[in-house]
Parts: sequence; structure tokens; C-alpha cells
Amino acid sequence: MGIESAFGEGFLTTKIDTVVNWARANAMWPMPMGLACCAIEMMAFAGPKYDASRFGSEVMRFSPRQSDLMIVAGWCTYKMSHAVRRIWDQMPDPKWCIAMGACASTGGMHRSYGVVQGVDNFLPVDAYVSGCPPRPEVVLHALMTIQEKVKKEHSVLLDV
Amino acid sequence: MQVPDKFNPVTAAIQALDPSGQVQISVTRGDVQLLVPRTIIIDVLRTLKDDFGFTYLIDIVATDRFTSEDRFEVIWNIISLKDQSRIFVKTRVPEEDPSLPSTVDIWPAANWNEREAYDMMGIRFTGHPDLRRLFLPEDFEYFPLRKEFPLMGVPGSIPLPSTSPDVD
Repeated sequence: MGIESAFGEGFLTTKIDTVVNWARANAMWPMPMGLACCAIEMMAFAGPKYDASRFGSEVMRFSPRQSDLMIVAGWCTYKMSHAVRRIWDQMPDPKWCIAMGACASTGGMHRSYGVVQGVDNFLPVDAYVSGCPPRPEVVLHALMTIQEKVKKEHSVLLDV
Repeated sequence: MQVPDKFNPVTAAIQALDPSGQVQISVTRGDVQLLVPRTIIIDVLRTLKDDFGFTYLIDIVATDRFTSEDRFEVIWNIISLKDQSRIFVKTRVPEEDPSLPSTVDIWPAANWNEREAYDMMGIRFTGHPDLRRLFLPEDFEYFPLRKEFPLMGVPGSIPLPSTSPDVD
């Protein structure tokens, strides 16, 4: 089939986008931005029972410069939003973001003057996770959703 | 309810500090409460600590009564570990001049409690060593626990970070 038969055994043809996206999607190192009780569920998501490393997210990187995926877990105050954005700006491109839980997605029950009503007011969020706090499975599902998204991206080649 | 007998020396000392008889002493749910005019509040608190062993400051709370006179109430919740007794000392300040003497030199633990009362309710504690806001940004212009403050805040009063990384 196709050009592989002409090359013989030991060759695989693909697109560079596919290879790059495969690598990116399966080594999605999270930056844990644990702000409240969702952070406990995020630890379970990374721990042995739910085991995010099955999906390539084996290491939580506490340095923004080594991470690809920010998980904002918990309610974010206006005062904290500046720190979160600063960390986000230090993460190298390409990067993705999960708003984990009701508070990070919409402000949740913290309908007050001090809490940002959804971190999408200052971050580009790729996946929202409902729940208060969400189960670790749902965070895994958000991670898989982002992996699907990454695999469909044009990462190197642009269609003109 | 009657004030328990073990508070008799305390009430006698408070009344000695208050010749005009303005201090109101009451018991609510088993706890003694003193309502003290703010002119003698510092003397009352210092006497309670120095002479009656109320060494443990639990909390300082400010409330907004939303009345035209004596709008704000500040409550000291103090405990004597020696006698296992608790006293709430209250005082009221008007809206135009919400200031009180600081109690940091009586209980060092009052430092952050007074900063919180200043941050949320705008009570100014004169003589406080470092009266800055505790929770809110330092350039915030309002006192959010006052009753007239809107629940969702004043739009734009606390800035969100810039979403373009090249702009500082």
C-alpha cells in the first residue's frame, strides 16, 4: 500500500504534524495550580489509583518552564489571579489549560467581590470540568479531551 | 441572666474605671458581655489583662450595625486561662470617625485582627504598628464588609491581569 511497499520493510510514512502532535499529546506534563479543595482531587488524579501517567502526564512539574498543561484547581481571587497569570506566561508554548471544578470554571458558590468568576476571564481555558470537587476520572477525561484536541491541531504545517 | 459570682471583682473594677456609669454588663448564652464607651475601652482592656489574667485574645470582630448613630461595633473576645472565664468586650464607634486605640501593646496577637477589621470594615486603630490591609490589595478603595458595599463588588475596582504577555 502506497509508498511503504516501495521502501520495503522497516519504514513508516506519516505526516510531521501527526508525529509532533502524538509526542505532545502523550507527554502532557501538568502544572498543578492547586488553589483549594480541588487540589486534593488533583493529587488523586496523579496518584497510583487513577494514575495520570497512563496518559503520559506522569510528572507534575512545579516549575512552569517544564510544563505544558495548567490545571487550575480551585477558586481564584483577584489577588491570586495575577500570580496565576504570571505563572501561565512563564510556561513555554504550546500550552493548554484545564479549569477544574465549578469555582475555577464559573466562580461556583463563591459569588463575591473577591473571587474571579471563572478563570477564563484571564486565561485561555481549553477544558472545563464540572463538579465540586470533580472526581479524578473527570479530570482524566478532560486530559483525554485535550489530547484529542492536540491530535487534531496543525502544529507544524499550516494549511494555506 | 445574673452575672456569675466569679465576675464580681471584674465588674467592681470596671465600675471603678467608669464613674459616669455608662458600662452595660449583660449575660448572653452564659457569656458575660461588657458594652464600654470608647473613651475608656483601652483602660478596661488593660485592666482585664493586667489585673484579672485575661491573657488570651481569641478574636477581634467588627460588625456593621447600619444605624445612624454608633454604626460600628468592635468586639474583643478574651479568655482568662487562670479562671477559665470568657468575656466579650464591646465598644461602638460612629461612622464619621471610626477610630479606636490599638490594643497591640496589650495583646501582640491583636495585630492581624485589627488589620482585618481595618481591611473589611474600615475601623482605624490609632497606634497600630503596621495598619495595612490584610486580605485585599493595598490600593483597594472600599471596605467590603460594610453593608452598603455591593455583593459582587465595584466593577473594575480590582484589576485582572493583562492577558497579553508582552504588556507589563
